[in-house]
Amino acid sequence: MEYKLTTPLTREMLAPLRAGDTVLLSGVVYTARDAAHGRMAELLDKGEALPFDVKGAAVYYVGPTPERPGTVIGAAGPTTAGRMDAYTPRLLDLGLACMIGKGKRSEAVKEAVVRNGAVYLAAIGGAGALMAGSVKQLDVIAWPDLGCEAVRRLVVENMPLTVLLDPVGGDLYQSGPDAYLAAVK
Amino acid sequence: MKTIPASRIADTVATLCIQANTQLPADVKAALDAAQAAEPWPLAKTTLDLLQKNLVVAAEQNLPICQDTGMACVFIELGQQVQIEGDLEQAVNEGVRRGYGEGYLRKSITGDPLKRCNTDDNTPAFLSLHFVPGDEVKITVAPKGAGSENMSRLAMLKPADGVEGVKNFILDTVRQAGSNPCPPIVLGVGIGGSFDKCAYLAKKALLRPLDEPNADPYYAALERQLLNEINAMGIGPQGFGGKTTCLGVSIEKMATHVACLPVAVNISCHVTRRASAKL
Repeated sequence: MEYKLTTPLTREMLAPLRAGDTVLLSGVVYTARDAAHGRMAELLDKGEALPFDVKGAAVYYVGPTPERPGTVIGAAGPTTAGRMDAYTPRLLDLGLACMIGKGKRSEAVKEAVVRNGAVYLAAIGGAGALMAGSVKQLDVIAWPDLGCEAVRRLVVENMPLTVLLDPVGGDLYQSGPDAYLAAVK
Repeated sequence: MKTIPASRIADTVATLCIQANTQLPADVKAALDAAQAAEPWPLAKTTLDLLQKNLVVAAEQNLPICQDTGMACVFIELGQQVQIEGDLEQAVNEGVRRGYGEGYLRKSITGDPLKRCNTDDNTPAFLSLHFVPGDEVKITVAPKGAGSENMSRLAMLKPADGVEGVKNFILDTVRQAGSNPCPPIVLGVGIGGSFDKCAYLAKKALLRPLDEPNADPYYAALERQLLNEINAMGIGPQGFGGKTTCLGVSIEKMATHVACLPVAVNISCHVTRRASAKL
């Protein structure tokens, strides 16, 4: 199935998604990776506000290449999401609705996805030039000192994504290879 | 004696950094084409189509193929009849600084592994220098991304583990890596040497074109066998399932201690980058 979704995302909007479905995502997506997640955790520990409202938000694990003059963004494919696992359940419990990245997640993340009716979506890893096409606007909103790891607010249009973890516990990294192996047996 | 000014080394490294990050080597592209033609699984085929489309967009829009423009791994084969005028290492770093700046490439290097502060110019380069006969300098820039680098492993096996032990370790490494290193992957394997030489062999193996098997038929057969077994795992492009998990396996080996059997697996991705020039 293919779904067209626009942020902010609600539990109801995400409920029908299943691992392997395609999503064309539009709206606002925030970038954050290792260093930004570390700083967000520090803010939460101190009881301070995050640089963006995570409720219903989508986070893209990406560190783009610098944009050339006259362009919105450089190459912008996903980074390995598992490095953010330690921080993720807490953000999901605060209302984070959607994560965009690539690679395996921990059991704790999978449980938090189901508990909160959230989703984890795949962007194509290594397809940095292709992913850049769906980004229409970019603003650095926090921690510019982090360079490529700074938090950016992206406005995206029909960003092509695939559901990896769904709200009922589906996992494409399990079901995808299993289905292929069953078919070729 | 031939004299080459260090500035020429810097210019060449800068050009190669940009070239490697924007143009996939012909042998990797050919392997991707062949895999796409042979892929029977629909979702895998669609995913491989997207990887191909990405290469087209990168070329059209002058963008890096992948946003992780990597650590600048630089390999220099320096002819013994060549004298470099100036500081070679400084020239390489200057080339990386310029290439990553002028090419709008991402600066992904932290100056200290624990204190974590970006050097903002992608230096230092990770330089491997070799002296060779002759009066030429061959420079290869092979940018290496972290997604696949992080899935790499090394083991000090026992001699009794033999080739089966080596194979099991390699296959286990690929299985554990799963979707993380952006499959279809390319595998560089080092067997033998010391702890450090073994890791270097695995990295060096990634420089060999995928259509060039190991010159030793025993190791060429092992490369083929490993490739077939990996592509029977079902991981598929991006880990979504399918036949195409690996585009090529290259093994480099060397002598080792009678008590040692080191094996190192350096995983690379479908964007296995390298560009070379001779001076």
